[in-house]
Amino acid sequence: MKLRYFAWVRERIGKPEEEIEPPAGIATIADLINWLSRRGEEYAHAFENPKVIRAAIDRAHVKADTAISGAREIAFFPPMTGG
Amino acid sequence: MTATIRLQREPFDAAAEAAELRRGRTDIGAVVTFTGVCRAHEGDAPLVAMTLEHYPGMAEAEVGRHVEAAEQRWPLLGVTVIHRYGRLVPGEEIVLVVTAAAHRQDAFAAAEFVMDYLKTRAPFWKQVEYADRAQWVDAKSSDDALADRWKRPGGGREAAE
Repeated sequence: MKLRYFAWVRERIGKPEEEIEPPAGIATIADLINWLSRRGEEYAHAFENPKVIRAAIDRAHVKADTAISGAREIAFFPPMTGG
Repeated sequence: MTATIRLQREPFDAAAEAAELRRGRTDIGAVVTFTGVCRAHEGDAPLVAMTLEHYPGMAEAEVGRHVEAAEQRWPLLGVTVIHRYGRLVPGEEIVLVVTAAAHRQDAFAAAEFVMDYLKTRAPFWKQVEYADRAQWVDAKSSDDALADRWKRPGGGREAAE
């Protein structure tokens, strides 16, 4: 699946997107954030406060307990400041 | 009712967009035109520029969802939303919301509703450039509160009788 990062999440991780295959057992957005945090310091820094991380699956907002199975594209970003 | 929704780098002409919405119509009694503008101050220092990052694909879809929600709640006859992205300087317009209805209560309420949701759920992120540094703008809890009031029964303003 494709992961996309925006704003300071993107800056901390150091890339705008990547393709990943999460291992079995990673069921929800919260699980995915946990797993990503352990991939390296830059990920740990990006996700150090999971409460302020927002997520979208296939371009629609989802909550942390949403299942990721079947997702084609998952995005992580800070609270939005549009308008 | 077909809505016009555009994301673009280029400036827009609010008056021209409102005129376009009204062209040839005699059923529209009220048009509300809201423009969001980049101010020279954000926080404690004057800003040089503001850059808007967005999530292409999701931004259009999310604005479309907000507009559909507005159309379900109020009897709208037209809606136009234009949101810019890229680097803007103080004084430049950022976002346009135009709503048209038979009566003004519906046009006013729908425009406010769309703006309140754009501020909190549309995937855009502002980064401001000061003279000596750049930093991301934090989302405001006051914006969340404004968006939340539309959820409570009677908390927003409903369709005109």
